[in-house]
Amino acid sequence: MPPSLQTLTNPTLLLLLLLAASAVSSSSLSPEDGIRIVSAEKRIDLAGPIVKVYLTLKVENAPAASDASQVLLALTPTEVQHLAVVKATRVEGKRKKKTYVPLSVEASDLSSTAPNGARLYSVQLGAPLKPGDATTLEVLYVLTHSLEPFPAEISQSESQLVYYRDSAVLLSPYHVLEQVTYIKMPSNRIESFTRVDPTSRAGTEVKYGTYKNQAPNSYLPILVHYENNRPFAVVEELVRKVEISHWGNVQITEHYKLKHGGARHKGVFSRLEYQSRPSISGASSFKNLLARLPPRVHSVYYRDEIGNISTSHLRIDSHKSELEIEPRYPLFGGWHCTFTIGYGLPLQDFLFESDDGRRYINLTFGCPLLDTVVDDLTIKVVLPEGSKNPQPVVPFVTEKHLETSYSYLDVVGRTTVVLKKKNVVGEHNVPFQVYYEFNPIFMLAEPLMLISAALLFFVACIAYLHMDLSIGKSS
Amino acid sequence: MPEPQSSTAASGGDGRLRNAFGGVLCAFTLLLIGVLAFSIRLFSVIKYESVIHEFDPYFNYRVTQFLSKNGIYEFWNWFDDRTWYPLGRVIGGTVYPGLTLTAGTIWSLLNSLNIPLSVETVCVFTAPIFSANASWATYLLTKEAKGSGAGLMAAAILAMTLNTGSLFYATLNALSYFYMVCSWGGYTFIINLIPMHVLLCIVTGRYSSRLYIAYAPLVVLGTLLAALVPVVGFNAVMTSEHFASFLQGSCRAVCFAIAAILIAMVASSPTKGWSGRSLSLLDPTYASKYIPIIASVSEHQPPTWPSYFMDINVLAFLVPAGIISCFLPFSDASSFLVLYLVTSVYFSGVMVRLMLVLAPAACILSGIALSEAFGVLTRSMKFQRPTSDDGSSTAGDGSSNTPANSEAVSKEKPSKKNRKKDKYSEGSSPVDPRTEEQLLVLPCGPSAVGIMLLIVLSGVYVVHCVWAAAEAYSAPSIVLTSRSHDGLHVFDDFREAYGWLRHNTDVDDKVASWWDYGYQTTAMANRTVIVDNNTWNNTHIATVGTAMASPEKAAWEILNSLDVKYVLVVFGGLIGYPSDDINKFLWMVRIGGGVFPHIKEADYLRDGNYRVDAHGTPTMLNSLMYKLCYYRFVETDGFHNPPLDGSDLQTESSKEQSQRETEIKIEFKNKFYAQDRRKEEPMAIEITKVGCWSQQDTVTIRLAQGAQVRENHKLTKKELD
Repeated sequence: MPPSLQTLTNPTLLLLLLLAASAVSSSSLSPEDGIRIVSAEKRIDLAGPIVKVYLTLKVENAPAASDASQVLLALTPTEVQHLAVVKATRVEGKRKKKTYVPLSVEASDLSSTAPNGARLYSVQLGAPLKPGDATTLEVLYVLTHSLEPFPAEISQSESQLVYYRDSAVLLSPYHVLEQVTYIKMPSNRIESFTRVDPTSRAGTEVKYGTYKNQAPNSYLPILVHYENNRPFAVVEELVRKVEISHWGNVQITEHYKLKHGGARHKGVFSRLEYQSRPSISGASSFKNLLARLPPRVHSVYYRDEIGNISTSHLRIDSHKSELEIEPRYPLFGGWHCTFTIGYGLPLQDFLFESDDGRRYINLTFGCPLLDTVVDDLTIKVVLPEGSKNPQPVVPFVTEKHLETSYSYLDVVGRTTVVLKKKNVVGEHNVPFQVYYEFNPIFMLAEPLMLISAALLFFVACIAYLHMDLSIGKSS
Repeated sequence: MPEPQSSTAASGGDGRLRNAFGGVLCAFTLLLIGVLAFSIRLFSVIKYESVIHEFDPYFNYRVTQFLSKNGIYEFWNWFDDRTWYPLGRVIGGTVYPGLTLTAGTIWSLLNSLNIPLSVETVCVFTAPIFSANASWATYLLTKEAKGSGAGLMAAAILAMTLNTGSLFYATLNALSYFYMVCSWGGYTFIINLIPMHVLLCIVTGRYSSRLYIAYAPLVVLGTLLAALVPVVGFNAVMTSEHFASFLQGSCRAVCFAIAAILIAMVASSPTKGWSGRSLSLLDPTYASKYIPIIASVSEHQPPTWPSYFMDINVLAFLVPAGIISCFLPFSDASSFLVLYLVTSVYFSGVMVRLMLVLAPAACILSGIALSEAFGVLTRSMKFQRPTSDDGSSTAGDGSSNTPANSEAVSKEKPSKKNRKKDKYSEGSSPVDPRTEEQLLVLPCGPSAVGIMLLIVLSGVYVVHCVWAAAEAYSAPSIVLTSRSHDGLHVFDDFREAYGWLRHNTDVDDKVASWWDYGYQTTAMANRTVIVDNNTWNNTHIATVGTAMASPEKAAWEILNSLDVKYVLVVFGGLIGYPSDDINKFLWMVRIGGGVFPHIKEADYLRDGNYRVDAHGTPTMLNSLMYKLCYYRFVETDGFHNPPLDGSDLQTESSKEQSQRETEIKIEFKNKFYAQDRRKEEPMAIEITKVGCWSQQDTVTIRLAQGAQVRENHKLTKKELD
């Protein structure tokens, strides 16, 4: 089937075509200032289940304009929906002495001015761009769930083919003078790709461009159909519970709901085939995952609701610990499994005292499993009983609230900080802190309770032995 | 059950120090025994993991889960629609709720203290805790007169009642009887043992008002309380009424009444008022004749002789000695014990499962024997050296070595308060101790040797018990293990299959399997099953058996009528796992044939032999079970000679499952296509094997298995060419 026919039959693509047409025709959005993109390079990495797009933009401010404090990036509504992370850095210095200055990126309120629902993100340039100056920006954004398996159902012996849709030219509110797009695929098997001349293919890479002098908001939809057998591990729900004990332990419990997000498995599963011909059978399935845990981890367990799962390996060295886990059965497309990983960590590696006397715990956000997408992440930091004024510090936007949880012999309950975030990928594995106030006297509460309970018991025994409850003396 | 025995031995052994340390040492010993009893049952938890390892308790676990989630009222009204599809099961009315309520209570108590233990953990540890209780109960019983769980407690308190004749203990007894009724169907054993004991007492002329006080409240209160448990209900009256009645009357009337009732019972049809299991107890051949479903359970088979030595070991030799010492002197309590032993020996001889009832009796009696023997030997050693020792103190010592016996003998009853304070400081024997002991004195040398031998014997027994607890009784049936040069390997095929079902099938899908896996499927896979281990509906089980024994087309009709989407089959052929479904298949045929006569056992046997190779009968080779188990088996089976004619469903193996190799397939997904049926084409059953891989006692490594299979495959191909 020729790709163009598929393209036309697909309604979303039609929509995008219309969008592109209208975008090209309309020039309603005029950039606030004289910024234009001198050269743009877009590298799309399709090797894994996650799409990573690297943009290198050489931006120039027109000599006649005023100082520019921000540069806008445009994303289509579909991309925004699947956007996990967008990061930008500014390259300073020349050649060998290049330094990268991280810049903050936020959703721009100018979005309403963009055509067809495109969303704008503004990159805040640290130092304003003077008229006539040029600078280079490096932008990375990560898209999840953007590869559509086609065919949507495959049998055990087939390998997985996926569609990826994007634009050959850079969608930008600015005038782009020169632009090129590279798409990197994991294997040589590329079924088809849309040709927008000049287009060339070299091995696993397809190159679009160079395109010159593109008007603002240009969009040329392309479709790539290629083989991708990398594990599409999707954690639909992850709840990480961090319990802090000031007696010296941080206990982390992680509940996973895992799914194979690739093409659905069709028909028969034969274990015999799977084991006797591993190279061709179940190519898109996966049977193990790697979790990177902090060093000095102890008491690691891996189980699910029906007991221990005996297939896991733990490797510990001084920098990191690696836990290799195997679900009970290999996961084929559309199959689910749930499991729990728990481990303890030494308190002194994670708990610190800040200058103002408060304590803070320094933990890593995100999911320890490598190369996975987490649709719905909840982190619960259970502070010790008696903690006050908790204050989480996370480098990106999360949903936060407080609750109270009860555990071993608690009376007033433990303050729990709950952080929630959707669409989490490996780029989110950055440290975050929770500050709180804690009086060490609360550490003694539970031991004292136990001691007094034992004391009361003995007192009751003594009292009982010294009482004579009989009415008459027995002869 | 080693620890009750050691409890009596210990309580005998520490007698010498008793005067110095009094009850403290004894209490301490008891505590240690409790710890031992608790910890010896943790072998499986420590060696494997803290889950329920067997088939049946998964039901109790699931019920406890329901109880802790929904509360007691919901529990009584629980109609479970996830089992016995499409009939369902009224759980609240058909379950012995004792265990569930206990575990549920412990759980809610812990949770109210904010101790976050899961229901599963509580369920796992309830049993060891109660075993500690059981060993204490045994101690009490032995102490009073010369079990597992609540039943023993009932027996112990019963014995206490016997000696005290106090109404308080009788009531307590009734309560513990009630608890036992709640917990276990075996309560009938106790309620029938009691009248037998009374009868014995009457016949031997020992019937007294004391006995009356002990039993009358138990029978009345106990029966009333037992009737409160929904599952027992009026059955309590139906089976034990006659026993209650005779207690009230005088001796002669009683005997008459009993005779009349027994005759009436025999006259009435054998299945009226008696469950099949009880009938098979009275007539061991009954079950195999009429109810194959009871005979099909391995627990209900008569035990083999080695299993007695396995289970009770040296106790088998000590028990007769214990019986003898119970007769010297003979009391109400010791006669109770003897009766208990004799009946339990009989019952355990009929069903392996009732070894459970024999164990405490054997422990008690051999404990008595050991303590008697120690008493005699230490006494004679003591008398040898200081010849001019004063008799009274040694008499005290001597009898103190056998506190159980002397207590049993003692006729005057201490008050409750008194008993609590000085449990051990009484030892008045009706026989003059001095003369008796002078007679029993043995030479010093032999008695020393005797003591040594006894110690060695006990030591051997302890070693055996620990070994048995660690190896034989802690091998979980939910995971399979095998040893190789690089350690223990665990094969988790069952749970893999259950896990797969749980996560990758529709919540309302029905799973058909033989009933053994019913409880586990509902608890672990959370899917509706057709039959389960409750086995209350023979017809339903026979339907599943018939489906398994039928050819594919007929099987499809049956399974489709039950809305079955998945069929679960356990096949151990590849690894030599002996208790797989092919091994049980003849029972399916028998049970199915018992209800549906077109299934005939003879059709599945070639000249009376059960064969699954090329010489199997066509009916056998076309049955659903066979097809499911041996689907593409030839491709894996390269360890043996290749099949003679290269046809797909042929394997080399007939008698022993262990001859076959390496595969547990646990699961098959049947996909039935309705259009196939309409077109009258041959049935297409697509089989999805979800869990099958190889392991074997000698070839174990799971990862290496792929390579093995590949090689074997080549081999087979070559041979075929």
